Amino acid sequence: MSVATPTERVVDTDPLLEALRERLGASLVVEQATLTGMPVLWVTRDSLLDALRFLRDVSDPFSMLFDLSAIDERLRSKRQGLPASDFTVFYHLLSIDRNRDVMLKVALGESDLTLPSCVSVFPVANWYEREVWDMFGIEFSGHPRLARILMPPTWTGHPLRKDYPARATEFDPYTLTVEGQETEQRALQFDPKDWGMERERDGAEFMFLNLGPNHPSAHGAFRIVLQLDGEEIVDCVPDIGYHHRGAEKMAERQSWHSFIPYTDRVDYTGGVMNNLPYVLAVEKLAGITVPARVDTIRVMLAELFRISSHLLFLGTYLQDLGAMTPVFFTFSDRQRAYKVIEGITGFRMHPAWYRIGGVMQDLPRGWEGLMQEFLDWMPKRLREYERAMMDNHIVRERTRHIAAYNTREALDWGVTGPNLRATGCDFDLRKKRPYSGYENFDFDIPLGTNGDVFDRGQVRIEEMRQSLRIIQQCVDHMPVGDYKADHPLTTPPPRERMLQHIETLITHFLQVSWGPVLKPNESLQMIEATKGINSYYLTSDGSTTSYRTRIRTPSFPHLQQIPMLMKGGFVPDLIAHLGSIDFVMADVDR
Amino acid sequence: MSWLTPQVSAVLFAMFQALVILLVAVLLGAVMTVVERRLLGLWQDRYGPNRVGPFGSLQLVADMIKIFFKEDWIPPFADRKLFVLAPAIAMASLLLSFMIIPITPGWGIADLNIGLLFFLAMAGINVYAVLFGGWASGNKYALIGAMRASAQTLTYEVFMGLALMGVVALAGSFNMRDIVQAQEELWFIVPQFFGFATFLIAGIAVTHRHPFDQPEAEQELADGYHIEYSGMKFGMFFIGEYVGMVLVSALIVTLFFGGWQGPWLPPFVWFSLKTGFFLMLFVLIRASLPRPRYDRVMSFGWKVCLPLTLVNLLVTGAVVLLMAPE
Repeated sequence: MSVATPTERVVDTDPLLEALRERLGASLVVEQATLTGMPVLWVTRDSLLDALRFLRDVSDPFSMLFDLSAIDERLRSKRQGLPASDFTVFYHLLSIDRNRDVMLKVALGESDLTLPSCVSVFPVANWYEREVWDMFGIEFSGHPRLARILMPPTWTGHPLRKDYPARATEFDPYTLTVEGQETEQRALQFDPKDWGMERERDGAEFMFLNLGPNHPSAHGAFRIVLQLDGEEIVDCVPDIGYHHRGAEKMAERQSWHSFIPYTDRVDYTGGVMNNLPYVLAVEKLAGITVPARVDTIRVMLAELFRISSHLLFLGTYLQDLGAMTPVFFTFSDRQRAYKVIEGITGFRMHPAWYRIGGVMQDLPRGWEGLMQEFLDWMPKRLREYERAMMDNHIVRERTRHIAAYNTREALDWGVTGPNLRATGCDFDLRKKRPYSGYENFDFDIPLGTNGDVFDRGQVRIEEMRQSLRIIQQCVDHMPVGDYKADHPLTTPPPRERMLQHIETLITHFLQVSWGPVLKPNESLQMIEATKGINSYYLTSDGSTTSYRTRIRTPSFPHLQQIPMLMKGGFVPDLIAHLGSIDFVMADVDR
Repeated sequence: MSWLTPQVSAVLFAMFQALVILLVAVLLGAVMTVVERRLLGLWQDRYGPNRVGPFGSLQLVADMIKIFFKEDWIPPFADRKLFVLAPAIAMASLLLSFMIIPITPGWGIADLNIGLLFFLAMAGINVYAVLFGGWASGNKYALIGAMRASAQTLTYEVFMGLALMGVVALAGSFNMRDIVQAQEELWFIVPQFFGFATFLIAGIAVTHRHPFDQPEAEQELADGYHIEYSGMKFGMFFIGEYVGMVLVSALIVTLFFGGWQGPWLPPFVWFSLKTGFFLMLFVLIRASLPRPRYDRVMSFGWKVCLPLTLVNLLVTGAVVLLMAPE
């Protein structure tokens, strides 16, 4: 892994970039060298939409706006060579055909925080721009409805700004009076006019049904307001933010090391899978290469959590279709997975077990036996689920051709993971951009064809089989070696080397109390998480904490897509679709 | 003891019988709530309620104490009269139907000549419980539930009656005792298989049991028409559903499985065993099937079940006429 500093210029001579440079001309301010693994181009505000359109329309296009967020740069001290900027908005584009990314950045001054909205170019930008407005107070002119999305509508201030306090002790004590409660309640009341909805059609009134944030099939604190004509959904408005805990803000107060447990709680069904993109991104910043044993242990546990998460999906998916029994079976399977997870990590749902430069402990004695037991158990259960449920006539009738979308629509709406592969698009990061040693494993990528509720379920069952294959290979060929990298920034540092002399003791003490200090740079790691592509985009300002941690989660765009699919559907179809998305609200709101 | 004429003692005995059957029906409905949970536990790889008393046997008592002492709350936005009336109808209409079931040759409340029609009438009234409950609650989920229930009932009441007409044609009577006696040689399940199949489906739909529980579909409507009910009013809906289940099982046994008839064992045991079997079947169906979409349920009713019952009735009628002595 090379360590590049921001001042180092690496000129990428990709013809596409040459064309883009030519097109932008003087609008291209600077090309930033980072560890993100993609060209990062700073463009002027006026040329932004033009550049986005150009990238969307080239042959082999950048058809997905993967991420869009901002950085408050006002306190950043080490940004030599970068254009002056108080707030920087970045646009991360992804091309499936080229299998590569481009990032555009726009610098904004504090006095003029306005950008043109790119919703007309990428519909998925809608919620991302709302989030940027909510968190940073940057306005997007031409946005259809620039309202708060994660914070309550009555909130004042923009939490991800650097001058916004991050700790409860920095606020006045919180009080909620009866009047205050009423104000909050009123603010949450749905007014169809705000969303340009009619109250009636041809003399017949629509029913506006508030589904959630407390509903048995909302999979957490998710609210969706339905405009109903009988039971037909005319339109709907998803409302999120009820599970928002400010993980990105917390990252700015925690040391690089102590943020790891927070990542577990982002996709709370994914366990250590969440640690993976974070520690990989930190390791890129620190320049750590981990031993093969670490890679393999990480892959093994991540895949085990993928199975556990998919089992939860399968049970609730079928339950949403009205089958009450499968969920109990999948939960008892998950219990078997947890037995292994607990044996290895000592914890069940949130092990926080990966470390910068390694994992917390070596595998315990006898782990192979535990794991093999699970591997032998699962295949016949998966067959049973398929035969009892996926082959069932009622299940098929409820799921075939329901809430179907094609690959193009999926990319337009930022859909990734099994939901994207259900449309037949062969894009799995474990194959396309192998990380953590996935290139050493033999496994297939299951694909769907119709992109409907049924395919989304079937693809996940098949994915569990492939995960079992991967784990079996881990068990059979676990490399010998150390469970931590031999690197000064590995955290926590090996204890055996602490008591040599005063120098090692001091280093150890600093490493443990302050945590590692990482060089100023930016890095990004995407992984194929349980629900789609999860990425951590870290900005280091050369200190013990991250300057900005952007967590891109798959469930956020998946929920934004719902209204486009559900128009004309029935309420039970919506429930089936919600079950098939496989989201958890912690993964949406962070 | 001059007042104890044979007439008076017959009346007293009839009243005693009625009281016993009423109590047993309600109690059986209540017991079924626990039995169902234990059975579901068995089929779902878990225990079910096993903490109260030995093997969870006192769970029913605990549940009853709980539900009796719950706050009986009527939402301020509800239509009070209908809101209170609905659970009473739910419970009463199904309990009244027990009147016509001949349990053994000597036991049974009323020997009505229009027995079967009485049940159909009561089943028709039963839907008002759902309609009133859903409407009076002033809740959108309840309203959708009630809407679904009325559409579903329209669909199922039609062919439920038709499904039974084959039985009536074969027995030549609406009287339940006559129908049981007519099955002395051959249970009606054999000549009336399609009648049985469609009646079973309609029976599940009438009691809003899974997979025809669209009016209360938990995953969609979060309990539908009785979402606003609490305490004993909810309890009446709840027990009413199980009483309905017992009733439909008893009816199936009476109409298609020869009622109390069977070799070796006393009639009461036969009746109980057969009814118990169908109660288990209801629970097993709930444990094993997903829920179809309600418009599919409707089109299944109109496009498959209704024509099937009509053809069944036509063929039965033709056979009865052909076999009839000149």
